[in-house]
Amino acid sequence: MKGKTNWWATGLLLLGSFIIIIPLYMAFIVSLKNPQQLAESILAIPDSFQISNYLKAIEMTNYFQSLMNSAYVTIPTVIVVLGVNSMVSYAIARNMDKKYFKFLYYYFISAMFIPFPLIMLPIVKEMAMLSLDNLSGLILLYIVYALPLNVFIYVGYIKSLPRSIEEAAIIDGANVWQIFWRIIFPVLKPINATIAILTALKAWNDFLLPLLMISDRSNMTLPLVQHVFQSQFSTNYSLAFASYILALLPMLLVYIVAQKKIISGVMRGSVKG
Amino acid sequence: MKKTSSAFYWMTIPAFILFFVFHTLPALQGIFYSFTDYVGFGDYSFVGFKNFTNLFSDGRALDAYIFTFKFAIVSTILVNILSLLIALGLNSKIKLKNTFRAIYFVPYMLSILVVGYIFNHIFTFIIPEIGRGLGIEILSKNILGNMDLAWIGVVILAVWNSSGFNTLLYLSGLQTVPDELYEVAKIDGAGKWDQFKHITFPLIAPFFTINIVISMRGFLMVFDHIMALTEGGPGRATESITLLIYNGGFMGGEFAYQTANAVIFLLVVLAVSFFQIKVLQKREVSY
Repeated sequence: MKGKTNWWATGLLLLGSFIIIIPLYMAFIVSLKNPQQLAESILAIPDSFQISNYLKAIEMTNYFQSLMNSAYVTIPTVIVVLGVNSMVSYAIARNMDKKYFKFLYYYFISAMFIPFPLIMLPIVKEMAMLSLDNLSGLILLYIVYALPLNVFIYVGYIKSLPRSIEEAAIIDGANVWQIFWRIIFPVLKPINATIAILTALKAWNDFLLPLLMISDRSNMTLPLVQHVFQSQFSTNYSLAFASYILALLPMLLVYIVAQKKIISGVMRGSVKG
Repeated sequence: MKKTSSAFYWMTIPAFILFFVFHTLPALQGIFYSFTDYVGFGDYSFVGFKNFTNLFSDGRALDAYIFTFKFAIVSTILVNILSLLIALGLNSKIKLKNTFRAIYFVPYMLSILVVGYIFNHIFTFIIPEIGRGLGIEILSKNILGNMDLAWIGVVILAVWNSSGFNTLLYLSGLQTVPDELYEVAKIDGAGKWDQFKHITFPLIAPFFTINIVISMRGFLMVFDHIMALTEGGPGRATESITLLIYNGGFMGGEFAYQTANAVIFLLVVLAVSFFQIKVLQKREVSY
């Protein structure tokens, strides 16, 4: 599209981006103030920054412990989801003419329509019974619950790949496992990026499953810790905001570093899906 | 390869079993318990459809459905109008295109619960403070403490948080529209609105369908937003269906009763999804 810059659109988008930034800016500015500075003005940039709010929040919520817990859950989830969900989808996509694989496809897809509240009460009992009401149990559930959407996305993508890319390897005597890991999986790289981003966001930011399954303080993930400490923050909101900023910081940093890749990954997924 | 290699079966069977055990089985258990008087532990007996008939005369459940639908419909409409507008803006000839795109997507990266706590403090302390300073009556009170207005606070958080994702979906839809079509329309003297109505919208209609269905489904399950802002209050003014099932099922000794509620919720979600897909796809075809 050639032509002049659309200044109306630019202006409105600028206005809109303030609405996105202002709540985060407010939280950040308030987190740097002491009560006296807050009383003078809420939104002005303070003359001295109260780093102590952050030190106190780190100590109070045991920040690094919950940061590690969130990473401990998210990283294996992403790795296993990429390997297992793509493998399952490959088997389904290449055998859709067989009854079993066709059934499996529709079985996973139809599960997308089952709302989580129906599963919520029984799964908590089941996980407690299996002694899986801990971080490992969370990882397991994130991997299993990712299947329906990911099978849908991966199968659509793999079906569009020509079979000829595997044929040479079959003639060379490679077996199905070798073909998948050496030929197919590398070709899936673009869609793997999409799935990795969406899975990481889901696991990192999830609140409901940790709330249901984690009761031990030392096992709590970042969002759950904010919930537990919420009542203790309420009178001191500089401290509360410091803690919230710390909880959001890892994702913000990841976003700043990999912003272009994340956005193009999500957009690619939406076209394929 | 006429014969299916056994490797293909080994690739899928473990996932099949795990999915059955951790997804299908609890779903079936939920349906099973909904016909009992189970409280979460101990013995139970079958009560037939009693839980379901009780639910239909349960004011608390009815209120939860009314609140959830009001919230989900308003949020879905607002999110989709805003996202489409932002996407149209981002797709036009503007300065700082990539910067704007990056900013609008920030909220989707962040935990709804944590952002919700930030909004909670802003609604509770900061906005009333500013309102009092400026002498504006409406702003000087905490809307989350108002029975009639609290739901609007939940909508504001939902719209702020999810518009970015829908914007990206619309944006990828808009990029599938070939530029030549606009060139032709311009030569024919079509205005901006005509171009949108006759070219852009019909061509991105499939994205519109998907966005509406995804948004509505997500918003019907609303939980994190409410835990962060109101915990269902004031009173029970913002108790969503998921929150009611959580509260009643885990804290209120209503395990079986709330699984019955969840079964009804399943039927409602299915009906809404199919209705939307039918209606919206008919629109797509008629263009």
